Amino acid sequence: MAVNCKLDVVACYPITPTTHLTEELNKYYADGKIPEYITVEAEFSAISALIGASATGARTFTTTGGQGLLYMHEPLFSAAGMRLPIVMLVGNRAVSSPLNIWNDEQDSISQRDTGWIQIYCKNNQEAVDTIPQAFYIAEKILLPVMVCVDGHYLTHAVEQVDVADESIVQKFLPPYKYPLKLDPENPVSLGVYANPTHYQIFREDIMKDMESSKELILEAGKKWGQLTGREYGLIREYMVADADRVIVGVGSLIDNVITVVNELRENGEKVGALHLRVFRPFPREELKKALAGKKVAVIDRDISIGGAAPIFVEVAEALNGTKAEVSSFYGGLGGRGIKRTHIRDVFEKMKKGARREWIATEAPKSAMSG
Amino acid sequence: MIIPHAKPGSSTQNLTGEWKAYMPIVTGDKCIKCGICQNFCPEGIMGEVKKIPEIDYEYCKGCSICANECPVKCIAMERVEED
Repeated sequence: MAVNCKLDVVACYPITPTTHLTEELNKYYADGKIPEYITVEAEFSAISALIGASATGARTFTTTGGQGLLYMHEPLFSAAGMRLPIVMLVGNRAVSSPLNIWNDEQDSISQRDTGWIQIYCKNNQEAVDTIPQAFYIAEKILLPVMVCVDGHYLTHAVEQVDVADESIVQKFLPPYKYPLKLDPENPVSLGVYANPTHYQIFREDIMKDMESSKELILEAGKKWGQLTGREYGLIREYMVADADRVIVGVGSLIDNVITVVNELRENGEKVGALHLRVFRPFPREELKKALAGKKVAVIDRDISIGGAAPIFVEVAEALNGTKAEVSSFYGGLGGRGIKRTHIRDVFEKMKKGARREWIATEAPKSAMSG
Repeated sequence: MIIPHAKPGSSTQNLTGEWKAYMPIVTGDKCIKCGICQNFCPEGIMGEVKKIPEIDYEYCKGCSICANECPVKCIAMERVEED
């Protein structure tokens, strides 16, 4: 799908769980469908190469996940600060140590303050649909976008998807024009020194633009819906309106929650599911509208060691003063599945007041050392 | 939407002396016009050699090298107070 967006420059360093995407992109380059593919020695270089390429006015794309994304951490701030609309697909993966190649969202949640828009896809159809939207949003508001896809659960799932063909994407996505491109004929320096009088002006500006990108995300989702029949927003509610208990989460987890919602609804229980599609900018007003006064449980597959779980914190802040009762369940880390039985358990526990606790805490059958 | 960028020569427009904690004050009648402060100043903002220093405070960082090197101690470093 990324290739249908008429990419100019790709630079990737392969890492599980997106290695096969890197290989595919390489193949497209070999077949002449991507004009430039920069082979690099690490993820830090991959994103740095794209920062340079994007600043010359090229449409740029990369993929990574896990430690690879962490290795990009410092240039992620630079890319956003320079207002470069790079799009990156993150195959969400647990972070070391211990080493683990499986899924949770610790890698991208840990990048939440970098100034990148973050969109979490709950299945592969959403993933392929979100890539062109990401370019659309990025290039209008001049902020980079992370499209987050659960590693293995989605990156290695074989499922039927409708890939919009090039003509639809061309109709949707205007050509990229960076207003200040690096050009020897008209030299500028990007991201240069700003002293104490100026620095905060830029940070205030990027904050304001990130907030206003919500409108643009809705616009992109709506426009994409008109062309393909699949519309997207900031959040997706499933039987939330009349529910008394709602589970909130990001990524593929939510389809399991929806299955349990269907099951419990048959027994007359008023439960719902809410997919937080966009985490940056955080859709606090939309959440407030959807969840005010309800019992809400946030499932985080990411933790903040020594603090409360990151997605929970933001949801709780958004619902502050609405009389919603917000619980936090965190776990399902490093590929530990959050199963329907765990979700049923969460819905049950929510009846008995707000909680903060681990989820999916089964002891392993095989021995750990020590 | 602001893209942080600079065109060539912008360092002559962007003032960089606003964060100093101490500013050098020259007592002109003690100055022997030796040129040492002007040669030692890392910012080159002490004016012309062989003249009483004329300090460009918009670029002076308050490093005190001029005051330290002055052989007749005619440069005092005064605290910059801010509310």
